[in-house]
Amino acid sequence: MPASYHQFEAVIVGAGGAGLMAALNLQGRDVAVLSKLHPVRSHTGAAQGGIGAALGNMEEDHWEWHMFDTVKGSDYLADQDAVEILAREAIETVLELEHRGLPFSRTPDGKIAQRPFGGHTREYGKAAVRRACYAADRTGHMILQTLYQQCIRNQVKFFNEYLVLELLVEGGRVAGVVALSVADGSLHVFHAKAVLFATGGCGRIYQITSNAHALTGDGMAVAWRAGVPLEDMEFFQFHPTGIYKMGILITEGARGEGGKLFNGRGERFMEKYAPTLLDLAPRDIISRAIYRELRQGHGIEGKWYVHLDLRHLGRAVIETKLPDITDFVRTYLGIDPVEAPIPVQPTAHYAMGGIPTDVWGRVVFDEKNKVLPGFYAAGECACVSVHGANRLGTNSLVDILVFGRRAGRDMARFVAENDFPPLPRQPEESALRWLSRLREGGNGGAARRVSVGELRDTLQGEMMDKASVFRDGKLLTEVGEKLQELKERYQEATIQDRGRVFNTDLVEAIELGFLLDVAHTVAVGALTRQESRGAHSREDFPQRDDKNWLKHSLAYRTPSGGIELKYKPVTITRFQPQERKY
Amino acid sequence: MRVKLRIKRFDGEGDREPYWAEYEVEAEPTDRLLDALHAVKWYQDGTLSFRRSCAHGVCGSDAMLINGRNRLACKVLVKDLGERITVEPLRGYPVIKDLVVDQTAFFQKYESVKPYLSPEGEPPARERLQTPEQRERFDDTTKCILCAACTTSCPSFWSNPDYVGPAAIVNAHRFLFDSRDAATAERLAGLNGTDGVWRCRTVFNCVEACPRGIDITRAIGEVKKALLLGRT
Ligand SMILES: Cc1cc2nc3c(=O)[nH]c(=O)nc-3n(C[C@H](O)[C@H](O)[C@H](O)COP(=O)(O)OP(=O)(O)OC[C@H]3O[C@@H](n4cnc5c(N)ncnc54)[C@H](O)[C@@H]3O)c2cc1C
Ligand code: FES
Repeated sequence: MPASYHQFEAVIVGAGGAGLMAALNLQGRDVAVLSKLHPVRSHTGAAQGGIGAALGNMEEDHWEWHMFDTVKGSDYLADQDAVEILAREAIETVLELEHRGLPFSRTPDGKIAQRPFGGHTREYGKAAVRRACYAADRTGHMILQTLYQQCIRNQVKFFNEYLVLELLVEGGRVAGVVALSVADGSLHVFHAKAVLFATGGCGRIYQITSNAHALTGDGMAVAWRAGVPLEDMEFFQFHPTGIYKMGILITEGARGEGGKLFNGRGERFMEKYAPTLLDLAPRDIISRAIYRELRQGHGIEGKWYVHLDLRHLGRAVIETKLPDITDFVRTYLGIDPVEAPIPVQPTAHYAMGGIPTDVWGRVVFDEKNKVLPGFYAAGECACVSVHGANRLGTNSLVDILVFGRRAGRDMARFVAENDFPPLPRQPEESALRWLSRLREGGNGGAARRVSVGELRDTLQGEMMDKASVFRDGKLLTEVGEKLQELKERYQEATIQDRGRVFNTDLVEAIELGFLLDVAHTVAVGALTRQESRGAHSREDFPQRDDKNWLKHSLAYRTPSGGIELKYKPVTITRFQPQERKY
Repeated sequence: MRVKLRIKRFDGEGDREPYWAEYEVEAEPTDRLLDALHAVKWYQDGTLSFRRSCAHGVCGSDAMLINGRNRLACKVLVKDLGERITVEPLRGYPVIKDLVVDQTAFFQKYESVKPYLSPEGEPPARERLQTPEQRERFDDTTKCILCAACTTSCPSFWSNPDYVGPAAIVNAHRFLFDSRDAATAERLAGLNGTDGVWRCRTVFNCVEACPRGIDITRAIGEVKKALLLGRT
């Protein structure tokens, strides 16, 4: 089947918070939004606890405090010019959401309600502050719905269930993308002046994760294959409270409302690790604390979990402020958080790294931040970098909206000022070849068939065991070698479904390829960074090393498909690195 | 435990009629049905197609007819379904392949109720104020994840596909009862037509089907009352 051709001034890939916000800011231009899921199925809808903004509705608060907390939370790796924008623009962004209809929870006098969240403090670390604006514990659901509704109102053009496979680059400019329509298996070339990737995270590189099945790092891998580096991939956040074994998230908002963590001896172990903020310390610190307790045999009944106890909050608070997680716990664990503590373990949650961009969402591809014209990225797939080595809760929702909006605005300018670049010759050719190889199987023939499910299981298990909360050189070397081997076996991977219509077997095989590439950048980045900073904790290099490692990593694809690392400096404006204590 | 899955399948190409396929998988009693479907897809038969993403009941991808009832495959546990489980696609929409249905018509109905806030005047410098009591009026209907379980369980919808359906009414309710919204008259007029809210016969299937526990019949009742009174 020949490919269909489309032309739009701007193409947005991804219809989560970042993609939709960008689309709304490209009004009046000719825009298409491509998404492998229907927009309302995007994972932004799963965000629970809140979006941070120093509104000061409950108590005194300032964007400077928000900025400081974010920088400190990042273990000083975030770029402070970008964090300043994040903290300042968070305020107008939240107000804009309210104006667009978002049903926030309210204070008695009718303002947007706010709750405490990990690492968010007043007066530069003195005590927790109420900064997270929320809609019960379905803040992300309400953000996604509100933005999608605004897109309906503004008649945004969507191509739903289109899986983007490749980025087209011609003459030093981005010229479009190639996508597969899942519904009928047809191939599509989108010719564009500017392309935004807003494809979300890659949590599925790990076995236990809060991330949806669809979060397979697609945009990151596609950009990387096109020669763009991935920045700071070694920093992957584990959220301390995933439901035991399943990884389903229990929002930090549960601790914001007063929930406490206990080990198997009934101790509030966070007293030892973060005496001031306790259970509201940042996630990297709590996840490590839990792993330490578990390794010492202090899990509940010796098992690999601790307890999150909400019982003292009482039924009314639990059911009205945390209704969704209450429902999850009742459904999946068969226990009632009103009456029993919740078994939790750290769960892979958020990629701090991603496609490097400047503060306008423009993708930059070298150590000097040179822009690749026409290419933009925003949201979890991007790295501005506002989260550095560890993201604070509530800051991703701010990030996707603040920088989604900026990217949209700059794209509007770019497409007004520029003509269409030429398309590469036969732009769909390599995608066609790739798809037919997957459909027809590898070179080895039937005898060497490799199953996608099995490869993915191995990948996720390896990453979980050897490249998660604690890391060391020996294990990371093993993962790196294993990944190399898996990538080779992937070349022989086959699928059973040879059909065209809604072939999810094919989709999953494509996604596995993305996962393998992304995981590889994580493993190699982690092995090379010989220090501990934020979420990256090396047992063989337990200290932060500012002298050698206060810098961003850039993982490039070598011509043979390997990884080469380069580095670029961190932007420091207001806050000099200090020891990070809570 | 061993679980037998009977799945209604359809190729979507060629001329093969829908058919039943049977699979047997090993599952933990606390596994989701989605896990069992994955066990089939990943290790037995890669040709089986279904939608899914979040795996915990918030994205609305995997509503299907499970043992004769509309539910999310990711929000029902194997132990609550027994050792023989029947799975079919949602009723009332064209099947694309296996458990995947074409939801275009569903989203058209959603769009027809103008599901976006239409406030009066320019926005203030800060947030529009809304008391917790005003917010509570429409809290329940903000939970909808557009999974289509309610609409496709409704006999009025089966007999008349033009009926706007419970999901769209739920979303109309979400704006009708939002104190910030000013399009009440227009919204009510839209729901008053022959394919509007009066087609609801209060069968309650939708309430049974809703994986988010929304009291849909109550919401529809409130919309009907608003129509009779001409205001919310
Ligand atoms: C359970 C959970 C709770 C969270 N809670 C919070 C919170 O309370 N506060 C907070 O700040 N953050 C929270 N986060 C993090 C935050 O929700 C995410 O980081 C953020 O929503 C990501 O938004 P996004 O727009 O970048 O991507 P997503 O919303 O994930 O959207 C990605 C989009 O890209 C599309 N896509 C992907 N690949 C392709 C492809 N190849 N082709 C075409 N389309 C593609 C998808 O269809 C989708 O539309 C939470 C995360 C999780 C998992
Ligand atoms: S997979 Fe998201 S609702 Fe079931």
